[in-house]
Order: sequence, then structure tokens, then C-alpha cells
Amino acid sequence: MLETVLFYFFAGAAIISALMLVMRKNPVTCAVSLIITFISFAGLYILLNAHFIAAIQILVYAGAIMVLFLFVIMLLDLKREEDFLSRLKAQKFFGIALAVILLAEVFAAISSINGMFLTRGIYSAENIAEAGGNTKVIGRLLFTDYLLPFEVTSILLIVAIIGAVFLGKKEN
Amino acid sequence: MITLTHYLVLSGIIFTIGVIGVMVRRSALVIFMCIELMLNSVNLTFIAFSRYLNSLDGQVFVFFVLSVAAAEVVVGLAIIILIFRNKATVNVDEINLMKW
Repeated sequence: MLETVLFYFFAGAAIISALMLVMRKNPVTCAVSLIITFISFAGLYILLNAHFIAAIQILVYAGAIMVLFLFVIMLLDLKREEDFLSRLKAQKFFGIALAVILLAEVFAAISSINGMFLTRGIYSAENIAEAGGNTKVIGRLLFTDYLLPFEVTSILLIVAIIGAVFLGKKEN
Repeated sequence: MITLTHYLVLSGIIFTIGVIGVMVRRSALVIFMCIELMLNSVNLTFIAFSRYLNSLDGQVFVFFVLSVAAAEVVVGLAIIILIFRNKATVNVDEINLMKW
């Protein structure tokens, strides 16, 4: 019962704030509603027993990435923001129509899942609790089965840092 | 009872809102935020499947998606700042030349 109430609360908050992100003109309002979406997603992750992902969702997404976005919004002098329903009517009409078609396709795909062909793994909620909790089990997986992708991720982050420093350098 | 389908439908709706944002909005920054929204809805799908299939692989993949998103945001925002420095706008309708 509580799970149902919390699911609909977080889902409603996520959808409403996502709509605000698309509709509002002021980019700061957009960024703040995106933060609300991220926090509702973290709540949904906790409902799904993914505690570690919920924590880094708040830390990395709602914290680091959105602060970066807000910094850039305030750094740039964004005066001319467009109206949601003003210019390029045809493009907006076709964009929304195509997105609705995409949504219909996604729903068709979801309704065709019957669960028969899906095999279940060993990490049930009881097994994870017995092995020491979600974070501990994910940490062990990252450093055993997923060691190579984990190290490649660190290289990717270094490349991103170098790229940002190179791009941000003043040209002389 | 909340089933897997609930989460998949929510994720599909959020993804579609992100697609509409990319199609309709003209500010490069807001388009970038909508891309983040789409990445998040896919993460929700991963975690919902991971919960209902008793497998942690989905959560590990979300971890990798998160780090790729962080790298992407850093480089993308640097590019947006460079564009703004050159053209004094981030409206994607006015950024239509590879070189100027």
C-alpha cells in the first residue's frame, strides 16, 4: 500500500517537473525542475531497492551535473529565450506528433512483454541483504565481473577532463 | 501492487517528454537538459528490470551510464560556451554553419 502511494507520488512529481522543463521559458526554471525530476527518480530507485544508485543519483546528477548547468546558465547572458508555442509551428507540430508515435510504439513493446522468456538471476532481495546490502554487492561486482569496463570508465573521465580544459582555453 | 509495467510506462512517458523537448525547444542548453532526462528514463528501465529479474547487472550499467553522462555534460557544456563566445547565442536555429 505504502509502496503504491509512494510510486504514484514520485511518478507524478517526475512527470509534472519534466513537463515544466519542456514548457517553461526561463532556463533557470528549467534547470530547477530538472533537479526535482532527478530527486523523484532517486525516490523511485529507493522503492526498487537500488540504494547505491539512488545515492549517486542525488550526488552526481542533482548535485554535480546540475550545478554545472546552473553555472553555465548564469555565465551565459541568455536574453532571447523562445516562446513554447510561437515560432516554427509546423516543426513543433511534427515534433510532437512523432514523439507521440514513439510513445505508442513503446507502449506496444511494453504490452508484448509476457515475462515467460525472462530468466531470473540469483540476486533476490533476501540474497542481497544476506550478502551485506546493495552497495557492498555492487562494489564486489564492479571489481570482479566488471573490472575492465570500470577501468575504461576512469580513462573516459580523464579524456573528458582533458577535453574540457582544451576547449575552455583562451585562443591567442 | 506496483508491477514492472508501471515502471516501464512511466519511463516511456518521461522519455517521450524528453524527445518532445529536443524537438521543440531551440535553446541548446535546454536541449541538453532534455537529453539528460532521456538518459534518466533509460536508467529507470534498467533498474526496474534489475529489480524484477533479481539481477544486479542493470544497476552496474546505470553506474556506467552515469559516468558517461558526467563526461558528456562536461564536454558538451564546454562546446556550448565556445559557441556562445563565437556567436553570442545558443539558439540552435542561428547556429547553422560549421565555420564562420
